[in-house]
Amino acid sequence: MVIDTEGLTFNFGKQTVVKSLSLKVPEGSIYGFLGPNGAGKTTTIKLLLNLLKTQEGSIHIFEQELQSNRINILSQIGSLIEQPAIYLHLSGKENLLNRALLLQVPEKRVNEMLDLVHLTSAAHKKAGQYSLGMKQRLGIALALLSDPKLLILDEPTNGLDPNGIIEVRELLIRLVNQHQKTVFISSHLLAEVERMATHVGIINFGELLFQGSINDLQALNQPQVQIETENTVDAANFLKRNNFTITEVDDHHIYIPFTSKQNMGEINTLLNQNGYAIYSINKQQKDLEKLFLAITHTA
Amino acid sequence: MGFWSSVLLPLVLCLLLFIGFFNHSDKLSHSPGMVLWLQFAGAILGIMGSLILPMLIVFIAYSVNSIEHKADTWKTLFSLPISKLSVYAAKYFYAFFLVLLCLLLFVLFTLGFGNLLGVLKPELKFSEYNVASLLTQVYFKLFLSSLGILSIQFLLSLLFRDFLKPMGIGFVCTITGVILAGNGWTYAYLFPYSHPMLAIKAMEEGLKNTRGQGATPQITIDLFTQEIWVSLAVAVVIFIAGYFIVLKKSVK
Repeated sequence: MVIDTEGLTFNFGKQTVVKSLSLKVPEGSIYGFLGPNGAGKTTTIKLLLNLLKTQEGSIHIFEQELQSNRINILSQIGSLIEQPAIYLHLSGKENLLNRALLLQVPEKRVNEMLDLVHLTSAAHKKAGQYSLGMKQRLGIALALLSDPKLLILDEPTNGLDPNGIIEVRELLIRLVNQHQKTVFISSHLLAEVERMATHVGIINFGELLFQGSINDLQALNQPQVQIETENTVDAANFLKRNNFTITEVDDHHIYIPFTSKQNMGEINTLLNQNGYAIYSINKQQKDLEKLFLAITHTA
Repeated sequence: MGFWSSVLLPLVLCLLLFIGFFNHSDKLSHSPGMVLWLQFAGAILGIMGSLILPMLIVFIAYSVNSIEHKADTWKTLFSLPISKLSVYAAKYFYAFFLVLLCLLLFVLFTLGFGNLLGVLKPELKFSEYNVASLLTQVYFKLFLSSLGILSIQFLLSLLFRDFLKPMGIGFVCTITGVILAGNGWTYAYLFPYSHPMLAIKAMEEGLKNTRGQGATPQITIDLFTQEIWVSLAVAVVIFIAGYFIVLKKSVK
């Protein structure tokens, strides 16, 4: 495990922001850390970076205890927390050079990073004049500068346009696949993380509600049969009388939990024989977004 | 910002004084060289101890820390593989360096403009007396006396995000310090904000004692007086205490 926390708890005064969190982030994964705004994501990340003192529980990163190996661990982490921390009176390149000096990274690396995040043409512009997306990309470049093994990114695609989001996503996938990095990325949008994450943790009100691989999450997600028919309410009532459970009915579709293909065929025949015209019938995975909402709401 | 203020402040003040002396050279032409120098340097030193130096320190301490507050980079600095002591000490010694630089420039500009006056207006007998070593000693003493304030202001600026708190506290303390030292309160030497004023006062008294002792009186500066030791002790203690506060502090 790259990140391994045990019973991590943090209080701001009387308010418990993180409740006995046990994160398990395996090596080489893209771990999507999901939760609505104010769920405790940023607090958790600050705990992982030793910016906030651990009050209860333990944090191990690279199998080492965080508190006693702080510098050793931090030297292998690149991070971006909330809005990127950039000196606005310096140019993008100066920001990187300044950091390179602190981390003793060769200057060549600065130019590579500018290239990587497509800021070479704006390298000499003052960072204060950067757009939100450019600042975000500069923040990612700063996080990647020291070539860390673990990247901790707090909502890195905030303020990026769809193109930018796709670029960041591809960059992160490339880093994990080709350079054996581990990425811990927080977001309040499942859809954004869903396409790249290998593992997912869902947090709300400081509690971890789900943790596992993206396949585990999908397995939680029961498939259902979607039937498009002319008079959905009548058809639904008819099916109910024939002992089918209906999960949802709207103007165009009826949803029934999927059990087997045979069962789907039976429904089809039954409706057809009783004069309900079926326009379409198919097996469907519930939208992960809805699942995410369901998980965060039941808590 | 802090850097330029510590360069421009001595330049501007000395330049103003230079212009003042230049325009009133006729009135001053009767004074002997030493008195001229003392008037020239004293014009700055007088308010230096009471107001300029403490306020300059308030400002330098603020500007060194506000860069990180403004760019929101404390969290980044403390999540880099650099010990917290290095970050804290590097910041502190930069502020320390700026104060030193500023006072050094005051010495250089005072000497430079004084000699320039002597050249431009030969009737002003600046060349009669060599003030360099005396001036250096006075400013060095001022520097030592200001270290206590520097530590306190540095810590305040590091802890508070806004300008008003450290500025307000610094201002009130400076005024208090001036009143305490000005009224000759016995224990004023225990209050850091009184130290620059006390340093100046000690010099002025030393000056009075030496007046009238022949043509070229010797002025000696007693560097390590009581208040200097207190100032140094406060500086060291607050610096160390500050480090432990930074160590314990959560970065939000």
